[in-house]
Amino acid sequence: MRKIIDNVQRSVLWLCGGIAVAFLAVILVYVIARGVPYINWEFLSTAYRPGLDQEGIRDIIVGTLAMVGLTLVIAVPIGVLAAIFMAEYAKKGKVLTTIRFCVESLAGIPSILYGLFGYTFFCLQLAFGFSLLSSALTLAIMVLPVIIRSTEEALFTVPDSYREGSLALGASKLTTLFRVILPCAIPGILSAIILSMGRVMGETAAVYYTAGTMARAPSSVMSSTRSLAVHLYLLVKEGLESGDAFATATILIVIVVGLNALANFVAKRLSRKLTGGN
Amino acid sequence: MNAAIRRESPGKKKFYKVLERVTESVFFLCAAAAVLALSVILIFLFIQGIPALREIGVWNFVTGTTWQPSGNKFGILPMIVASLLATFGSALIGGFIGLMAALLLAEVAPRFLANVIRPLIDLLAGIPSVVYGFFGLMVVVPLIIQLFGGTGNSLLATIIILSAMILPTMVSLSETAVRAVPQAYREGSLALGATHMQTIFRVTLPAAKSGVLNAFVLSLGRAIGETMAVILVAGNRSTMPTSILDPVRPMTANIALELSYASGLHAEALYATGVVLLCFIVVINITAHLVLRKKKEG
Repeated sequence: MRKIIDNVQRSVLWLCGGIAVAFLAVILVYVIARGVPYINWEFLSTAYRPGLDQEGIRDIIVGTLAMVGLTLVIAVPIGVLAAIFMAEYAKKGKVLTTIRFCVESLAGIPSILYGLFGYTFFCLQLAFGFSLLSSALTLAIMVLPVIIRSTEEALFTVPDSYREGSLALGASKLTTLFRVILPCAIPGILSAIILSMGRVMGETAAVYYTAGTMARAPSSVMSSTRSLAVHLYLLVKEGLESGDAFATATILIVIVVGLNALANFVAKRLSRKLTGGN
Repeated sequence: MNAAIRRESPGKKKFYKVLERVTESVFFLCAAAAVLALSVILIFLFIQGIPALREIGVWNFVTGTTWQPSGNKFGILPMIVASLLATFGSALIGGFIGLMAALLLAEVAPRFLANVIRPLIDLLAGIPSVVYGFFGLMVVVPLIIQLFGGTGNSLLATIIILSAMILPTMVSLSETAVRAVPQAYREGSLALGATHMQTIFRVTLPAAKSGVLNAFVLSLGRAIGETMAVILVAGNRSTMPTSILDPVRPMTANIALELSYASGLHAEALYATGVVLLCFIVVINITAHLVLRKKKEG
């Protein structure tokens, strides 16, 4: 009897594992297999003008990169410095608990509410309109928790003996921070940055309502633009050329999965450096 | 050797002291930015949403079954129901499959296989949700039409897509939790004569409960907040669903679909929808918090 139950349980585990892997593999293979034939230099290097039979995504790639860049410029310094405060300076108590609670809560807010907020606050209230700036500010708040948490974790993995050693040698707290702690934590911070790049690229709802849908490369931070994810959403929603949609989805998957792999790789190097003999 | 010690001038010492103070304040201000951002978002949402709640009436708003902005009827009960069914349905399916897959990877599967699958699933966690929606529209929706007829865009399609979407999170977080269970637990159980499966389900899994619950709550949060993927497959009809094959419109979809052209009370009603959505997320998190704390005490 026990043997039968055991076998049933074992089969359920294998079955579910199989379903999980198969499901995800099917999605990937289905999209990529249909997308790859449509990807060529012309698709990547021309503008998107469906009326003129031009359906390239050059401008959209440029728009996406600009959005990611501007978001990081805003979010990374604030996030990293905030994490330094939380990990190295703040004493346990109400202040730290409050900050940590707020960071956790920010991470729990769904992206459509970021979109709703960004649209009303940045686009309408501050009159930035649908623009690169509105979207970058909104996205910066959205990725702040990612950056803060991963940076904090990276700082925690730096052994206390490093800090004590540096302080014992007479270095000030600031010197210790910049010469000893941060250099050790840099791979972790890098992987946080890469992760948030992926997050920004994959975001649709918040971008749709803050950057607008203009399929042109932005000429300034005040111009409306379109990210790859929003482009894909619009193509699918309008049911236009599905070839373009598959190709865009493939490029999006490749970039985001590539960024995630890079983040994992960088993070792994960090743990090897800190645990392996060094 | 004493002569070698460089004496710093008092001025320079003071400068460093001030510098330390200033940088510390800068660090603090950056951390305070997170607090500020959260407060501004919440205050803004409530300021915009409360007038509508007052005008329509909270009770009428959350129990009304008709959403007809042109006729000034704002009832979001069908959307609340849609959100909850889609969220819990997908969390149950995705959560169960994900948990079993995690147990398989952590306890049963041969090492080389687990080492291949684990990073793959981690990578998949990053696939943008709109890709899931796209896949749903191209594959799942036609499949549902073929099997059951109807419009295809339905609660069922939404649940399937959300289940797939939360799988990677669920697998990866619960596997970490299961792996964190001390080896001694397993050895003790096996030494008492329990089989491998008995050990997994009666000893390891209960010991990893809080981590697994945490993964489940994160999955719930992801499912209830998902918007664009859901819009593509849900059908977006704002009436009360009567079967799993009916088109539905979850709260997130309601906001996203109408925000661009809404004005006046209609726009305020969308913010109010956001407020209700936020309340549900808070309730989910508080419940999880309480359950987790009880587990720790018990």
